Amino acid sequence: MAYTEDDLKKELETKEYEYGFYTDIESDTFPVGLNEDIVRAISKKKEEPEWMTEWRLEAYRAWEDMIEPEWANVHYPKPDFQNISYYSAPNKKPKYDSLDEVDPELLDTFKKLGISIDEQKKLAGVAVDIVMDSVSVTTTFKKTLAEKGIIFCSISEAIKEHPELVKKYLGTVVPKKDNFYAALNSAVFSDGSFCYIPKGVRCPMELSTYFRINQAGTGQFERTLVVADEDSYVSYLEGCTAPSRDENQLHAAVVELVALDGSEIKYSTVQNWFPGNKEGKGGVFNFVTKRGLCEKNAKISWTQVETGSAVTWKYPSCILKGDNSVGEFYSIAVTNNYQQADTGTKMIHLGKNTKSTIISKGISAGKSQNSYRGLVQINGRAHNARNFSQCDSLLMGNKCGAHTFPYIEVKNKSAQVEHEATTSKIGEDQIFYCNQRGIDTEKAIALIVNGFSKEVLNKLPMEFAVEAQKLLEISLEGSVG
Amino acid sequence: MELKDKLISSFLAFEEGLEPDNGMDSIRNQAIKDFESLGFPSKKEEDWKYTSLNTILKHDYSVFPKKEDAIDYRDIKKYLIHDIDTYDLVFIDGIYSSHLSQTTHEKIDVCLMSSALTKDKYRPVIDNYFNKIAPKTGLNSLNTAFAKEGAFIHIHKNKQADKPIQIVNFATGNESSLMLQPRNLVVVEENSHVQIIERHQSLTDHPVLTNSVTEIFADRRAIVDYYKIQNDNASASLIDNTFVEQKDESHVSVHTFSFGGKLTRNNLNFYQKGERIDSTMKGVTIIEGKQHVDHNTLVHHIEPNCESHQDYKGIFGDSSTGVFNGKVLVEKEAQKTNAYQSNNNILADDKATINSKPQLEIFADDVACSHGCTIGQLDEDALFYLQSRGIPRKEARGLMMYAFANNVLESVKIPEVKKRINKLIASKLEVDLGFNKL
Repeated sequence: MAYTEDDLKKELETKEYEYGFYTDIESDTFPVGLNEDIVRAISKKKEEPEWMTEWRLEAYRAWEDMIEPEWANVHYPKPDFQNISYYSAPNKKPKYDSLDEVDPELLDTFKKLGISIDEQKKLAGVAVDIVMDSVSVTTTFKKTLAEKGIIFCSISEAIKEHPELVKKYLGTVVPKKDNFYAALNSAVFSDGSFCYIPKGVRCPMELSTYFRINQAGTGQFERTLVVADEDSYVSYLEGCTAPSRDENQLHAAVVELVALDGSEIKYSTVQNWFPGNKEGKGGVFNFVTKRGLCEKNAKISWTQVETGSAVTWKYPSCILKGDNSVGEFYSIAVTNNYQQADTGTKMIHLGKNTKSTIISKGISAGKSQNSYRGLVQINGRAHNARNFSQCDSLLMGNKCGAHTFPYIEVKNKSAQVEHEATTSKIGEDQIFYCNQRGIDTEKAIALIVNGFSKEVLNKLPMEFAVEAQKLLEISLEGSVG
Repeated sequence: MELKDKLISSFLAFEEGLEPDNGMDSIRNQAIKDFESLGFPSKKEEDWKYTSLNTILKHDYSVFPKKEDAIDYRDIKKYLIHDIDTYDLVFIDGIYSSHLSQTTHEKIDVCLMSSALTKDKYRPVIDNYFNKIAPKTGLNSLNTAFAKEGAFIHIHKNKQADKPIQIVNFATGNESSLMLQPRNLVVVEENSHVQIIERHQSLTDHPVLTNSVTEIFADRRAIVDYYKIQNDNASASLIDNTFVEQKDESHVSVHTFSFGGKLTRNNLNFYQKGERIDSTMKGVTIIEGKQHVDHNTLVHHIEPNCESHQDYKGIFGDSSTGVFNGKVLVEKEAQKTNAYQSNNNILADDKATINSKPQLEIFADDVACSHGCTIGQLDEDALFYLQSRGIPRKEARGLMMYAFANNVLESVKIPEVKKRINKLIASKLEVDLGFNKL
């Protein structure tokens, strides 16, 4: 890859959070607080049909009775849910038909994010749906996709234009009362992406969503629903950034994947929300529910690179319902300074001959805490189920912590489950070897970390892999003396 | 009346019946208060997620058993390791049986908790060690409140126990259901060495619930080998709480062999309070029917340069349930720690369940910690190979399972114990592997 030493040097010089700018776009923000009226107002604002409003209200009522979960291995001041604005949208609506109409400042933002829409259109061939402060701003490449019958749009658009699909699948994988944050999201989600791949279609390009929290005092609640019909294939990317702020911002998203018979969904995330400054001030609370359902012969593959957020609480899961279905989870979680991450996966084996693979790499530096928490469950009827899990942790310095909490529950004798975990540090001999060959320590660490995470990086689509590699290096800058 | 209320209300009567002892009143009273507020653990607690005590707490357990003298050596011989000379501490329905026991006060103290708690001579030891490391949980507090009898083993500096010590608890079934609270204290001073074998055995089909607490202190360079044999009948349940504190360069190993019992829960905690310590925890579990065995271990690495080794193997038949919940906690001062944990399981029947949760919590960077966990079956090819050599399938399976469990036995240092365990494994697997003739 054309990424040279000089590039790295430059990167390291700009070691502060480089996405920490704030775009001054007038936005339409709701007053803070949450009640039934706000939920209704959001629904109204989105011009949603009656059934959707009811759906949200039901979720809201359930949420009111729920208690915030505390079992995760993270500590943070509880967000005050009545002190958050649940809706914020860039003001200059309505939808744009072409890029020329887009607010130039907004375009500027995207350029800074490194996702110049034009460029990506031409070079990468990626269709992007950009969600800023909870509202989808623009979707690119719609036409090309439409020719294949692929629907890729914001979820509010989908609710209006494809209600039958949304109605059929929304909330089937993550029920609206699933957990505290999923219920909250179901009640107030303002936008997100929707994607439907018809039968037998192989999506010709990577689909991508970029999320950004811009406005202060807002929470971002987006909802993503990806449906892959029989024998189809899609690769989906997701990226996130936020401005640097002293306050903690809340991000509670729900992602649902439905993989029907014989289909395959590859879902990749590069999460780079603002992690807070060096003293641990500010940063995004990232409480996300991600889950996929595999029907017969289907495959879901989650890949994630988690470098941002002050607190991460995220378990992309696979329900392997159909026979011969496959679930995969590849993760790199990097924590530095005062970041805390509690992340992992759940593999629920229900069907026969189901297979799952879990590769998790945790890297902790500074004063951070990094936990892997995973569940592998083989049910009584899941004959010949197979699981392989590997969780490796790398520690840098003795002020950070690495934790592993795997849960393994097996109820079928034909199951084969393997789990292994290791924790270690970068060997002095490894660094010495690099030094000896003229590679300075900082670079040597970058090199070794890259090698450590290679198995996961290899699973990322090319453009993402480059970005992820850079992110790793920046996140760990200065962590070893 | 719920068992908890019954126990709390029995406490007053229990206290009145006691001889005056070494300032135990305040400890007991505090403990019963703690039990009152903590109660029995429920499945909502993370450590008890996979084990429910509900069914075994339903019985109306008797708390004050009568003394039973009719038990003869012949009745219990088969439960003892009788082919070597040992010190024996035999308790029948929680009451010490002098005619079946052999104690000593020569160089080492192998005697009773009841005398240690009441005699002035032992007061310094009790003050220093009794109830010092058992964490404040409902079950531990309950035991502390009712602590009256058990084994008291004190090995003085530079002494070696000249023969192994057996602690055997029998339940006779004179009561329709019985709850026992044995309390053991093992203090091993500098450069000393002791080997202990512990067993709980019910002689009837009446329900028995044993809530046992054992505290073990190993001072500098002490060596302690502890073997727990659990092969009780299907109406007896055991909650075994064992806590070990180690000082510099001490070696402590605890082997747990769980072959039976309705519900068996082993809480085994190691606290390493010194450098260059070695802690070993090994276990073999072979159960069937509706039995339930739960191993809950904790190794707390507090100081640098220590090691811990955990190796638990299990074979689960019928609709039995196995739980392994192992935790390795490495503090940030505990650099150069080596911690290994391995848990291997074979599910022999479709209705059997395994829940395994091997955890690592690590705050130090210069460590080598790993854990591995597998769940699988016997290799069909290997079975076929044995069958093709004329070994019937059943024996072939037994042979392979025996081989699977065997490497845990390698670290057993008393040959007679090893032999006994081999026999038990062979009988559990219902095959004649020729060990009976050994």
